[in-house]
Amino acid sequence: MSNFTAQHDSAATELVDITANRNRGKLPPGEKPLVASPGTWFVWAGVAVFFIFLFGIITSVVVDSFGKGWFTTWLPQEFTVSWYQDAWTRFDLTHILGVTLIVAFVVVIVSILVGVPAAYMLARRNFPLKRLVMVLFLLPILIPPITFGIPLATVMYNFGLGRTLLAVILVNLVPSIPFVIITMTPFIEQINPSIENAARMCGASMRQVFVRVLTPLLVPGILAAGILILVRTVGMFELTFLVSGPQSDTLVVAIYRAMTSAGGSEARALVSSMGVIYTAMMLVILIIALRFINPTQLVAQVKEARED
Amino acid sequence: MTAITETHRPNLPKPKSTASRAHRLAERGVDTKLLMLLPAIVFALVLFVYPFSYGIGLTFQPLPEIQNQYGGGIFANYIAFFKDPFIFDSVWITMRLALPVALFNVIVSIPIAFKLRHKFRGKRFMSTLLVLPITLGTVLTAQGLLIFAGRQGWLNRFLMDTGIISQPLPLVNNYLGVVFSLVISGFPFAYLLISSYLSGIDPSLEAAAKTLGANWKQRFTKVTLPLLAPGLATTFILTFVLAFSVFPSARLVGDPLGSTRVMALMAYRSFAEQINYSMASTIAIMMGVVELIVIAIVLLGRSFLYKGSTGGKG
Repeated sequence: MSNFTAQHDSAATELVDITANRNRGKLPPGEKPLVASPGTWFVWAGVAVFFIFLFGIITSVVVDSFGKGWFTTWLPQEFTVSWYQDAWTRFDLTHILGVTLIVAFVVVIVSILVGVPAAYMLARRNFPLKRLVMVLFLLPILIPPITFGIPLATVMYNFGLGRTLLAVILVNLVPSIPFVIITMTPFIEQINPSIENAARMCGASMRQVFVRVLTPLLVPGILAAGILILVRTVGMFELTFLVSGPQSDTLVVAIYRAMTSAGGSEARALVSSMGVIYTAMMLVILIIALRFINPTQLVAQVKEARED
Repeated sequence: MTAITETHRPNLPKPKSTASRAHRLAERGVDTKLLMLLPAIVFALVLFVYPFSYGIGLTFQPLPEIQNQYGGGIFANYIAFFKDPFIFDSVWITMRLALPVALFNVIVSIPIAFKLRHKFRGKRFMSTLLVLPITLGTVLTAQGLLIFAGRQGWLNRFLMDTGIISQPLPLVNNYLGVVFSLVISGFPFAYLLISSYLSGIDPSLEAAAKTLGANWKQRFTKVTLPLLAPGLATTFILTFVLAFSVFPSARLVGDPLGSTRVMALMAYRSFAEQINYSMASTIAIMMGVVELIVIAIVLLGRSFLYKGSTGGKG
């Protein structure tokens, strides 16, 4: 009996399907009808709200940084670039940008030089305590930055490194090296080991294998990891903030300090202009990055590494 | 850790005399090439393990005034952490912020990733736009929210001009402001992760269910969701970690003395304003402990879920 009703039901749904298809016109299988279902509307509404917020945030910062006397109107009364000149001289942005770039590039280079060989060993070898080593490299990424940042900063101040450029570079290396290792390990795993074996058979030493064979193959992965580290280091707030001082502030920390120290609308436009400079810098990096990597792929690579 | 450096130390200085031993070690994967791992391990030990252990040790050296106030000898910092409501409440405040935001990010990402998994025009453009919040960073998102969603901002102005509301909504400098900033930075991340998990599920499984007469709802709850669930758990953990360690936005768009007095702010307050390094380390380490407890609970739940191949390309 129940079997019969089930059959009946499925026949009914089939009928509905057929009529629905007829109403929608003839569609090849797999194509979507033009009139969307409520679910689709919900999805697009959600995406739209998100993008409205996103563009509202970006545009209002940009408008604010160029505007003068923006209080109770839709747009500022007049437009000017003087905020940029003011911010540049008042916060000494040449110095801050210099510090930011030096820190970022040193961190990228050191973490690649240290991380790639380690990723190579983790990808190719099994050795005792390998799991422990993996956990050691996963922890700095999983633990909140403040949790290890505060003891780390305490140690830095004890060694007299507080507020120095070296301290800023060192604290940023802590999550960066594991990040390189974790993104590079799956990348190295997919390179056929027989290429290296062939090189070894032809008499290449380990260093030659690395420089002549592996590095050219690894360039896309290294570029992707390097750009991600660059973005992370330029954007890293917590760790840098804990150890940096006036002479070693990166741009994000300088913006935060400007936001928390002063109030009022005059300072707001100054902060906005610094924010626009920051976003412009990040956008340039991101546009370069997207030439090399596909965002979904990248997250998936990280995910695979985190799974094991 | 020390075991590794010790195991391959013997075969380094005198490779000839211990040839057989080196050979035996090499068979287990231990030889001089393992030295390539050494710089990374040294960095991790010096910059992570040592400061972290030092911090744990520091938590047992409370300042005299904490000891006098709360007693308990070397455990005074921990007693203070649990007894001082100003500090201990921050655990609930952080949870009340991080858990709903992480759940929201994951749950909203599911239908969106589902609808957008097929190819459509402008898909690459949209995923590029979704990466945009990464370029903003927390500090700039905070600044933008203050201007855009503030009392005089475009959002409130639009809602008032269209007559939807009569008074400007308080959207920043409170709990909501921090939620907005966490969703803006966390949602794209959750969406990208979930859509990559979804692309890892073989579409023929769903097609098979369809031929067996399963309707849309059945296909989702009986086929796709069980396969997706472990990925959802991982995504939840990662977005939770992001939301849990919120610091700049809690200070900038939140109410740092009230509803968004999160643990990170309390730790920083002890560190920089009260110069009480041992209390700061205690709060920081308890923050890690709380986070690990939540992660452990989620992982425990995840271990009951389906573990196996999802048959797709991912």
